[in-house]
Amino acid sequence: MSGRGEGGVISLRGRRTGQSRTTARELAHLSDEAVVALVERSDEQALAELYRRFGRLAYGLAFRILRDDALAQDAVQEAFLGVWRAAGRFTAERAKPSTWLLTLVHRRAVDLVRREERRRTEPLQPETAPAGAEAADEAELATQRQAIREALRRLPAEQREAIELAYYGGYTQSELAERLGQPLGTIKSRMFTGLARLRQDLGEDAHARFGPA
Amino acid sequence: MNDGSPHELSAAYALDALDGDELEAYETHLAGCERCREEVASFRETASTLAYDVDLRAPPETLEHRILAAARAERPNVVPLRQRVAIPAAALSAAAAVAAIALGIWAVHLSNSLDRQKSIRKDQKALIDILSDCSKTPTSGSSGAVCVAPTEKAVLIADSLPAASPDKTYEAWVIVGNSVQPAGLFRGGAGRKYILLTEPVRAPAKVAVTLEKRGGVPAPTSAILLQAQVRPS
Repeated sequence: MSGRGEGGVISLRGRRTGQSRTTARELAHLSDEAVVALVERSDEQALAELYRRFGRLAYGLAFRILRDDALAQDAVQEAFLGVWRAAGRFTAERAKPSTWLLTLVHRRAVDLVRREERRRTEPLQPETAPAGAEAADEAELATQRQAIREALRRLPAEQREAIELAYYGGYTQSELAERLGQPLGTIKSRMFTGLARLRQDLGEDAHARFGPA
Repeated sequence: MNDGSPHELSAAYALDALDGDELEAYETHLAGCERCREEVASFRETASTLAYDVDLRAPPETLEHRILAAARAERPNVVPLRQRVAIPAAALSAAAAVAAIALGIWAVHLSNSLDRQKSIRKDQKALIDILSDCSKTPTSGSSGAVCVAPTEKAVLIADSLPAASPDKTYEAWVIVGNSVQPAGLFRGGAGRKYILLTEPVRAPAKVAVTLEKRGGVPAPTSAILLQAQVRPS
């Protein structure tokens, strides 16, 4: 990245004189989209803010898939740097910032777990909720977790199994076919039907809960 | 639900359950299937909600520093932008909505699907971000311009390029030296079209458009219909 577009860099420098940095306080009021827009403009504070919002979720996801602290950190770092680097991809992905970031985390974690082959100690075990009350700013996350957990519970068992093994276990559809002793077509169909059902189930409230900020 | 149809792979793809040849084949298919891209985007959103059902785990405190240091190291020369004053989110989206209407982009894309509207809004926001702060280079060959933002993201503006027939597509290219990168597909048609280029334009570079077979091609195979030579500002 360095050294590209010198002309632009010089002109930015010139205009920057006297500008103060955005502060964490200012950023806290922005929507996720606005924070990402600032990240795209190389605003480090905005990157820190994005991390403050999603770092733990990202790390939790990566850890669940990888079950290894160092690898999970790598996956999270790569995902955040992905946001930092690939400003243009955001629109290509056509997603809201949390989806984009979590997609990057997931993809990276799954790549790592496949490479490492260390994974996959029964990812079907549901995670146990952390003991003790969650902090106030986590109430919203807890609500979201409750919603997805219930929606998963309502899925037919074999659809839930395929989706959970794929998403949390990092299994490919071919591996799933083999592991579950089913034809590939059946696995595809379970994932498709299950995810479509989940989408519908999360439905209208999902737009309120997970929808645009 | 047979194995032959790539359309139903959207869910597997959104769950990152494809790899190797399957993944490659599906991504090639995606490049030419807008409906599939929308389906994938929608499934991605559903899939990513699964991330909320994991233990929130505090990463080591060093991770944040590590990420910020790595980010800084990647862009040692880029100083934060001039407009560094935080813009309230509401003002940002209101401004975006007004600008979108002014640009007449809504009319091109209007659709009932909420997901689609959301994704369009993101595209519009990116378009507006670029168009509101870019340097314009007029095109030759056919009327239009290329607008490059300081971030090097770019929008191609094409005026009344005849609509491509169903088996064809216009394909944009970003050409730097010997490197020719595909930068997006579009259909053309009456009126002004705004095409968000998928590749950054780092001057000096040429942006060109050719007519290709449906789905696009990795390298241009036909004559340039429109082009702009973007010079460093």
